[in-house]
Amino acid sequence: MTAAPVEPPVDLDLAKALGLAEDEYGRICEILGRVPTYTELGITSALWSEHCSYKSSKVYLREFPTEGEHVLQGPGENAGIVDIGDGWVAVFKMESHNHPSFIEPYQGAATGVGGILRDVFTMGARPVACLDALRFGDIDAPRMRYLIDGVVRGIGDYGNCVGIPTVGGETSFHSGYNENILVNAFALGLARRDGIFHARASGAGNPMLYAGSATGRDGIHGATMASEAFGAESESKRPTVQVGDPFAEKIVLEACLEVMRTDAAVAVQDMGAAGLTSSAFEMADRGGVGFRLDLDRVPLREPNLSPYEIMLSESQERMLLVARRGRQEEVVKIFERWGLEVAEIGEITEDGVARIRAGGREVASMPISPLATNAPMYRRPVAEPSDLAARQAPPEVPEPEDPAAALSALLDTPELGSKSWIWHQYDHTVRTNTVIGPGGDAAVLRVKGTGGGLGLTSDVNPVYCVLDPATGGAQAVAEAVRNLACVGAKPVGLTDCLNFGNPENPEVSWQFREAVRGISAGCRALEVPVISGNVSFYNETEGRSIPPTPTIAMVGVIERVEGLPRAHFTTAGDRVLLLGSDAGEFGGSAYLRLRYGVEQGAPPKVDLEAEAKLAQLLRVLVSSRSIHTVHDLAEGGLAIALAEACFGHGLGVDLDLDMQPKNLFSESQARAIVAVAPEQVDQVMAEAERRDVPCVDVGTVGGAQLKLRLDGTAIAPDIEALHHVWSTALPRALKM
Amino acid sequence: MKCGVVVFPGSNCDHDVYHVLKHVLEQEVQFLWHGGSSVSDCDLIVLPGGFSYGDYLRAGAMAVHSPIMAAVREHAERGGRVLGICNGFQILLETGLLSGAMRRNQSLRFECRDAYLRVERADLPFTEGYRAGQVLRVPIAHAEGCYIDTADALDELEGNGQVVFRYVDANGGDATGEDAAKWNVNGSARAIAGVCNAAGNVLGMMPHPERCSEQLFGNDDGLALLASAAGVAATAVDPERLSA
Repeated sequence: MTAAPVEPPVDLDLAKALGLAEDEYGRICEILGRVPTYTELGITSALWSEHCSYKSSKVYLREFPTEGEHVLQGPGENAGIVDIGDGWVAVFKMESHNHPSFIEPYQGAATGVGGILRDVFTMGARPVACLDALRFGDIDAPRMRYLIDGVVRGIGDYGNCVGIPTVGGETSFHSGYNENILVNAFALGLARRDGIFHARASGAGNPMLYAGSATGRDGIHGATMASEAFGAESESKRPTVQVGDPFAEKIVLEACLEVMRTDAAVAVQDMGAAGLTSSAFEMADRGGVGFRLDLDRVPLREPNLSPYEIMLSESQERMLLVARRGRQEEVVKIFERWGLEVAEIGEITEDGVARIRAGGREVASMPISPLATNAPMYRRPVAEPSDLAARQAPPEVPEPEDPAAALSALLDTPELGSKSWIWHQYDHTVRTNTVIGPGGDAAVLRVKGTGGGLGLTSDVNPVYCVLDPATGGAQAVAEAVRNLACVGAKPVGLTDCLNFGNPENPEVSWQFREAVRGISAGCRALEVPVISGNVSFYNETEGRSIPPTPTIAMVGVIERVEGLPRAHFTTAGDRVLLLGSDAGEFGGSAYLRLRYGVEQGAPPKVDLEAEAKLAQLLRVLVSSRSIHTVHDLAEGGLAIALAEACFGHGLGVDLDLDMQPKNLFSESQARAIVAVAPEQVDQVMAEAERRDVPCVDVGTVGGAQLKLRLDGTAIAPDIEALHHVWSTALPRALKM
Repeated sequence: MKCGVVVFPGSNCDHDVYHVLKHVLEQEVQFLWHGGSSVSDCDLIVLPGGFSYGDYLRAGAMAVHSPIMAAVREHAERGGRVLGICNGFQILLETGLLSGAMRRNQSLRFECRDAYLRVERADLPFTEGYRAGQVLRVPIAHAEGCYIDTADALDELEGNGQVVFRYVDANGGDATGEDAAKWNVNGSARAIAGVCNAAGNVLGMMPHPERCSEQLFGNDDGLALLASAAGVAATAVDPERLSA
C-alpha cells in the first residue's frame, strides 16, 4: 500500500515544473490574494494548460463563422449541435489524442475514441457514428509499424465494443509525422430536438453525483503532457496515458441516456482532460455558480490518493452529474441498475467559489469565474517561414516515362493504396444505418424513420498546408463540401481538429493564423459554420514540428438516401463526363512527392466560387438521380480518381483525354467525374452549363482496362492488375 | 409470434434486431433485461450481438450466469426458438445449448466484411425462407469467431445435419485451397458459420442477418432468416417496407 505523497512546498519553481509560466503563477497568486495550495496549483496548471484553455489559439478562433440557420449550439460546449430536420438534431465534435497515441498507441487511440463519445452522449445524444483521421510517418520510421498497428487496434477495440460504427475517415503518411503521429477522433450522435442536454450547473443545494469507474492514478497531468513538446524522455510519460474500458463506457452511456430522459438531472459532463477539475469547474462556470466537493467521498481504485491526484486523475469512463435536489435517488437507481458505482460527492453553491475538502480540511478555495475569465490569452509572435519563397518556387514537373507505370506506382503506396486493411478492423455496419461506409467520398448514414440521412467526411492535405497554410485550410473546407456533394449532402456544419507544432515558435503561430484565415474564408464562401473543435499544439519533437494539419470533419443533410449514386462505375455503356477544369497544378501533388520526392510549389488554387458552383451542380445531379457515378478528384488527380472508380465493380473505361500525360496527375481543385446513361448526357451537360461548370464528355464505361488516349500516347492497363496492387499496397508495406 | 431480444450489459446489436423485427417485419417485440427471470410469453428469443460483459474472461462466459439465461434454457428445452447471433452464438456455446467453442480469428484481428454463406439446411424454422444450397451474402463483425471442436464432435455435428451455414466463396463453392482464408475469414473448422441443436430449435451463427435485411443496403439476404424465425412467411413481407 502506498502512502499519500507528501505535498511539496508551493513556489515559482514548482509552478514552472507543472507547466505554468512565471506571469501565470503571478496571476493565480493575484486572483487568490495569496500563494496557492499544492492542490490549487495543480488545478490551475491543468485549467490553464494549452489543452484546456486554448490560450494561444483563442484570439484566432474568434474569426470562425459559428452561426447558421441550422446551428443550435456552437463552440464552447462539449460538442456542437445542428438541426437536421424531422425533429432530430446531430451532435458532433472532433478531438485529438496525438500525444498519448504516440507514447502508447493502443490505449492512446482507444481513449481518444472514448473521450469523444462521452462528449457527444453528454449532450443527450446517442452516438451513431465515428470517423478517424490518422496521420502516420514513413512506414519504415522507428516504431511506425507498432504505432499503426496499435492505433488501429485501439480504435477498433474501443468503438467495436461500445457498438458505434466507424464509417469513414482518412489515413495518410508523411515523414513529418515520424515523431508525432496524429489521431483525430470524431463522433456524431443523434437526439430529439427537445432532448438536448447542457453541461451547465445550476441550483444551489443541488447534489453533485460521481458515476462510473473509480478514480486511480492514471492520466494525472495528461492535459499538461498534451501541452508540451516531446523530448528524448517521452517514453517516461507512459504513466500519463489513460487506460480505457469500453465495456464501462457502454454501460455509462446507456445509464446516462436513461438518466437524461428523466428530468432528474440538471447537468452532465464527462471527466475528460484534467478530470474532475475541468468537469466541475467548467460546469460551474457555464452556470455562474460555485460548488463544494468532498474528495473523501470520491470512489477510489486504490487508497491514499492525494487531493491533488484525485482532482487531476484522468481515469476514464467517469461522469459528473448535477441532480435535482430530492430527485437524486432516481438517478442513483438508474446507475445502480446498470451496475455502476454512484457517489454524492458535493453540492452546488451560490457564491461562485470552488471549495474542496479532503481529510477533514479545506485543500482548495478558488473563485471560479476569475479563473476562467482571467485565464491567460496570448497573441504569440508570428513570422512567415524564412524559406517560404523557396518552398513555393515553381517545381519542375517531369513527364512520366510510362504513364501506366506511374499510375501503378502511385497506387502501390500506402498513401494512395486502399485503406481497407484498416477499416476491415472497424465495425462499420453495426446499428444498421450505414448506407455508404468507408472507402467512398463521404460516408452516408440513414436516419431511421425519415427516409433521409447524413453525409460525413473528414479532409485535409497537410502537404498543401506546409506550402501555404491559408490555401491548405480553404482547400480542406472545399474538399469536404465537394465530398459531401458527391453523396447529395448539403453541409450544415463542421468541426475542426487543428494540429500544429509549438505555438511559441513564431513560424508555427504564423501557420496557425494563416490556416484559420483560410478555413474561415472557406466557411464563409461555402456557407458552413464551425460548430465545435479542438486545437492540438506542441506536436513537436526536439524542435521539429509536424506539417500544419487542420483536419476538417463536415456533416451534411441528405433528403433521401435510397438509390444514391456510387463513387464507382456501375453500368457499362455509361458516358463519363469530366466536371471542372485543369490548370496543370503540381505544387504539393502526390505525383511530385511520391514519385520524385519533391514537395515544392504553390498548392493548387482554391477558387471558392467555382467550388460552390460545382457542389451545387453535384447536389442537383445526385438528388435528381440523373447520374450513376460521381467521384471527386483529389490527391493524385484524374488518374487516381478514374482508377478508384473502376475498382468498385472491376469495370473499365475508354476515354479520349485531350491532355499531356503528366496532367493525369495534376491536382487542380473543383473537379469531379460523373458517369451517366447515354440518354442523360445532354440534360446533365445542359445543367452544368446553366450552373457555369465546365463539362466535357470524355468517353465510355466498359471493358476491363483503363484505356486512356492522351496527347501523343495511349495507355490501357488492366483494372484487375491495378486493383491487386492498390488493394494490397498497405498490408504489403506494413508486412502484415 | 411474440419476440424477445435479451439485453445484457454490453449488448450492442439489440436495437438492430429489434428494428428489423419491429419495423421491417412488424412483429411484436420486447427487450428482455438480463437480470429478469422470465422470458415472458415470447415465442422467439434472440440473443443479440455485442460484447456482453465486455467479453471479459471469454466471449459469452459471464452472460451465461445472468438470471435470464435459466429462463432461456428452459424455453429451449421446451422446444421454443432461440436464435443467437455473433455474441449470442458465443453465449449459446457457453451454455452448452450448442456444442463447440470459439477462438480468436486466425488473423488475430477483428474482421468486419461481407461473408458468403451456403444454406446447408432449409428445413429448420429459421431457414424455411431459403433453398438448400442457396448462397447468401451476410456481414460478419467479430474478433472471436473461429469455430472449433474435436474431429469426432464435428463428425457427429455433420452426421446429425446440425451444420446450418457454411462459409463459401462468392459462387457457393467450398472455401478450400489457396483462397480459403479469403472466404472463411475467421478460419472456422470445416468453414462452419452456424450450427443448430439436435432438435433444430436453437440456432447460433456468427454472421449478422439483421444487418442485411433492408433493400436500402443493397442486400436483404438476411431478412428471410429473421422472418421465418419470427414465423412470418417471407413472401408476406411488404417490399415497400424494405426500403423504408
